[in-house]
Amino acid sequence: MTTSTIKTDTSMNHSNNSAPNNHLPNNKPTFVQKLSELGSLRVVIGFLLISAFYVTFCNLVFAEGSFFHVSDYTVSLFGKYLCYALLALAVDLVWGYCGILSLGHGAFFALGGYAMGMYLMRQIGDRGVYGNPDLPDFMVFLNWTELPWYWAGSSSVFWMIAMVFIGPGLLAYIFGSLAFRSRVSGVYLSIMTQAVTYALMLAFFRNEMGFGGNNGLTDFKEILGFSLQEPSTKLGLFVATAIALAIGYMVSDFIVKSKMGRVVTAIRDAESRVRFVGFKPEHYKLWIYVVSAMLAGVAGALYVPQVGIINPGEFSPLNSIEMVVWVAIGGRGTLYGALIGAVVVSYAKTRFTAIMPEAWLFALGGLFVLVTLYLPKGIAGLLPNILNKKDSENEASDTDQSKESNNTSIEKSEASS
Amino acid sequence: MIVDKSGSPLLADENIKPDTRHGVILYVEDVSVSFDGFKALNDLNLYINDGELRCLIGANGAGKTTLMDVITGKTRPDTGKVSFGQQVDLLQLSEAEIARAGIGRKFQKPTVFEELTVFENIELSLAGDKGIWTALFHKLTGEQKDRIAEILTTIGLSKECYYPAGRLSHGQKQWLEIGMLLAAEPRVLLVDEPVAGMTGQETERTAELLTSLAGKHSVVVVEHDMAFVRSIAKQVTVLHQGSVLAEGTMSEIQSNKDVIQVYLGEEDGSDDYAKENEKSVSEKTELESKPQEQTV
Repeated sequence: MTTSTIKTDTSMNHSNNSAPNNHLPNNKPTFVQKLSELGSLRVVIGFLLISAFYVTFCNLVFAEGSFFHVSDYTVSLFGKYLCYALLALAVDLVWGYCGILSLGHGAFFALGGYAMGMYLMRQIGDRGVYGNPDLPDFMVFLNWTELPWYWAGSSSVFWMIAMVFIGPGLLAYIFGSLAFRSRVSGVYLSIMTQAVTYALMLAFFRNEMGFGGNNGLTDFKEILGFSLQEPSTKLGLFVATAIALAIGYMVSDFIVKSKMGRVVTAIRDAESRVRFVGFKPEHYKLWIYVVSAMLAGVAGALYVPQVGIINPGEFSPLNSIEMVVWVAIGGRGTLYGALIGAVVVSYAKTRFTAIMPEAWLFALGGLFVLVTLYLPKGIAGLLPNILNKKDSENEASDTDQSKESNNTSIEKSEASS
Repeated sequence: MIVDKSGSPLLADENIKPDTRHGVILYVEDVSVSFDGFKALNDLNLYINDGELRCLIGANGAGKTTLMDVITGKTRPDTGKVSFGQQVDLLQLSEAEIARAGIGRKFQKPTVFEELTVFENIELSLAGDKGIWTALFHKLTGEQKDRIAEILTTIGLSKECYYPAGRLSHGQKQWLEIGMLLAAEPRVLLVDEPVAGMTGQETERTAELLTSLAGKHSVVVVEHDMAFVRSIAKQVTVLHQGSVLAEGTMSEIQSNKDVIQVYLGEEDGSDDYAKENEKSVSEKTELESKPQEQTV
């Protein structure tokens, strides 16, 4: 056999055009691709920072009562939404890109929150109800005489920052390495993650755990020396959250666009193929799971000072499911989709629970069902979807032409033989 | 990682190279596998020579796919020995390590990364470091790009380069998967039913491609399509009930008494073959008709 080339119409056309075979066709951006650049890094970060600036500006400059004024309440509400957005980003990274449906990301969020909460508790000092300079109120109430060993160091801000990453990261590492090594996947993995967060919730409800039990950690006074009751501190936290989200987004974007991101996507689509190509899927899954858990931890840490409390309710399985719903509605597999989903659903929740609280879960469930049925790619997939149809119609006519040329080339070869 | 007896990493990942001084690249010796008492492989012996093109045929349940699973590390045999060259014991390695050592596999059902483009599919399959940190900061070199372009030309998918692989036709996916194997620069290619569901023309092209690969690589093809096997194979191995029934050239196989007996379904074989699907029926008739032609 003389030729090692499969002679398809395309390679024939190539050689006919005397184009060198080893050149790849130019990647001309289509209209859809241009459009999808709306979700590109620069646009998203730009939008994020501009809206953060807008909120800050309107809060500070315009007086109360002015049309442009953004109230302090709204500022901390937006701060909360941005925390959710960062959390959604974390969920999207493992679910949307790697196909790991984690129903336990609430656990990582809450652990990050508890790390922050411990620090804030220690900042209270002797201003607590019992006035004990060392022990938080709930420990005095339980007649404890000294801090448990795992509270050592909690008064340091650096310890807090480290724990925000280490706590969730370690849990993700231990759970992930066990689960992925034994090749647990799909719905079984989801159920296990759900079980983990539920178990943690029950554990944190116990007073003996030393995290405030039922009531959790609350009654915070100040962070880094700034009073948490001050509107300016709230604004500062909002800005910090916006910056954290921007950094988280850039990190996620870097991961997703690197070869790493492609390996992870490949694992989602055909894990066994990835293994036979020579990658170790369990290592990749573990890595992305840990990174995602850390992002969720940061989101939790920023959330706690803004809402002023962390309690075991944050571990509740329902919360974790809600996070997945954000991503599903926003559009999994696109980073900006996760942000849109988190903000839109949270906003809807705020409005809805004010009007008719009982109906919220039904509305959320209904929304989830509708999106799954009619918008498999979520809100983010809406516009490109419509345009894609047009695009593929154009392409269909293209392939018709190439078929014709294929036929003619076959005729030619027959004639020559 | 494998270590020698003294514990030094003689055969660390990058050092795994088959020793083929005796001309044999793959040794499968006395391998048995059973699933819940059913013997999928039964004391099977198979030697693949370096650079040869070997076809494996056999009815459904003869153990062809199980054999591939054993070689690629997906299934661990109950007993027996599988080695790559003389030294590398494949039973000690994980699937990923076996793949990196140079044994590529194409699945029965084409498995490509549907959401990634054709280009990216090949990119991921390129030989090289498969670690996490490399992947995170990896940039394609010009050399690698040329290599990808070359492979795309070989498999005839240059034009579809930036298409998502999920949009390719069935035949194109099969080729892409072969291209992914080539990118890994393997010594041995295990190809499971490469022409299933292909048109006649596509089958022909695939045959050309596989024949051209032999020599540089050792190619083991599992196939039901007897016309296809006849067109490419020099050496054919017939599997039956988990062990090798016959080995030889196509004409030797077709005149082999055991093979004819099994395929004609005399006595002991008849029950098994009543259940078979259309493909093996046609296979049967093919084998049936061929010896008759020869006797005439």
